[in-house]
Amino acid sequence: MRDFPGHLGLAPRYRIALLAAMAALAFMLSLFVGPSGLGIDATGEARALIFNEIRLPRALLGALVGGTLGLAGAALQGYLRNPLAEPSLVGISGGAALGAVLAIQLGLSHLLALALPIGGLAGAAIAMLAVVALAGAHGGPVTLILAGLAVSSIATALISLALNLSQNPFASVEMVFWMMGSLADRSLTQLWISAPLMLLGCGLLLTLARALDALTLGEDAATSLGIDLSRTRLAVIAGTALSVGAATAVTGIIGFVGLIVPHMLRRLVQHRPGLLLPASLFGGASMLLVADVALRVVQPWVELRIGVLTALIGAPFFVWLVLKTRAEIAP
Amino acid sequence: MRIEAHGLHVRLGRREVLRGLDFVARAGEMTAVIGPNGAGKTTLLKALAGLVAPSAGAVSLAGRALGGWLPRARARALAYLPQERITHWALSARAVVALGRLPHQPMGAGESPADTRAIDAALTAMDISHLAARPVSEMSGGERTRVLIARALAQEPAALLADEPVAGLDPSHQLGLFGHLTALASAGRTVVVALHDLSLAARFCHRLVLMQAGRGVAAGAAEEVLTREHLEAVYGIAAQLTRIGGIPVVLVADVLP
Repeated sequence: MRDFPGHLGLAPRYRIALLAAMAALAFMLSLFVGPSGLGIDATGEARALIFNEIRLPRALLGALVGGTLGLAGAALQGYLRNPLAEPSLVGISGGAALGAVLAIQLGLSHLLALALPIGGLAGAAIAMLAVVALAGAHGGPVTLILAGLAVSSIATALISLALNLSQNPFASVEMVFWMMGSLADRSLTQLWISAPLMLLGCGLLLTLARALDALTLGEDAATSLGIDLSRTRLAVIAGTALSVGAATAVTGIIGFVGLIVPHMLRRLVQHRPGLLLPASLFGGASMLLVADVALRVVQPWVELRIGVLTALIGAPFFVWLVLKTRAEIAP
Repeated sequence: MRIEAHGLHVRLGRREVLRGLDFVARAGEMTAVIGPNGAGKTTLLKALAGLVAPSAGAVSLAGRALGGWLPRARARALAYLPQERITHWALSARAVVALGRLPHQPMGAGESPADTRAIDAALTAMDISHLAARPVSEMSGGERTRVLIARALAQEPAALLADEPVAGLDPSHQLGLFGHLTALASAGRTVVVALHDLSLAARFCHRLVLMQAGRGVAAGAAEEVLTREHLEAVYGIAAQLTRIGGIPVVLVADVLP
């Protein structure tokens, strides 16, 4: 018999509080670590400028986007009852990427700096409508995955077409770089238009705790426990679309955070899908902030984008997860 | 709490699974739903639990149409144990049983003293207190079934619908479960079980409802329902209800050609 290990001997809610403290610490780290080397002791206008225009938006964006990706991953894994689920699975990030790429392709991003995030948001919204229309409001988890895959495929095809037809090599490079995902050089304005949507989406996803707990017993038992499955489904789709759509619209595609974070924290909350939501919110924020700080530390030697780093870490992790799942299914 | 269905028709896809069924389960009684495979027992229980919508006819709970109940209020009144013993994730047995308290808890509220009492009582009733900390993913089928029954008991419902609750249980836990269900019925609850074990139905259930191809064939006490003629016509078996040491038993002699 194997009992649950008593991590630090703490009740789950204190463990979540600890994760929140960790995220706050990572946020402070992100504010004070960077290539320009100004520590807390630096003074004057330059410091204020760097702090307000570069560090603060970057740290806030890192916390919000990381939290969003972790939370959306936990919500999708709980709803689909599948540890391999990930926000990009439901087609929202593909739609956002397509919207942003079109904004670059059509030259809108040069006319208006905000055209890029606005294009991304529009793409995410259209992708969400397409997913809902395809999957229906009452279908099961499998139809949602299939609808997400279909919408993702269409988005990928259209992104390829945009790259193919692009006659401006600079625009092509801009599209490719944008899709790699980065927190660098985002303005406060971009933050202000995306933050409310991310917060709204996260709020919606956090209301799913009871429903995801009940779904542990399957859909019939969950319904008999008073859970409205149609409402749950719509909240999952809308919450993911708002939060991940807004995040992707500003930063580009940052993959695997939504896969890794819930997986790492599941034991910490005793496998309870409801508690995994706030845990993954704080865990995701911590992870992305720390990864971003690490990138800034190595920046003098190698210029890496955060989406590339998360993919480099995430893809092998995914392979390991598949092997582990296979071993569990067929011992 | 009385559960009633009138003229119930349910379609699953193109197949009409229930075809004009009348059903009643009264408070203070344990009602068995019996019938061969494919008779529609599971679909009937799902319809009574409000999980499938009837194409015709109506279900009422305590005299009120099932659709008129708010989902949370209905969940406090009526618990349902599905036939499939599903548990995703490696939750501890206690955490699974605690899910039965969800309809009683306001959003965001933790476990109240009443919740703790109900959970502990359910664990004790199903003889799994010693397994409370163990992940359900590491349990045997029978142990997991007891955990899931305990989840439904922790819900403290006025009416309990259990689909094949003894499937996979050893004889001692089968008797233990029926002893507990009998106690619930004696305390005024409504208990409905779908069963294949006709001897258990005859021994413990106050009323039996015999189904065939989506219709009710007979309803009443064991002696009225488990007749040679009914068993022959519905199950295609040569069998009789008898008593051994005072305990009712359905002896199956042979399968009819």
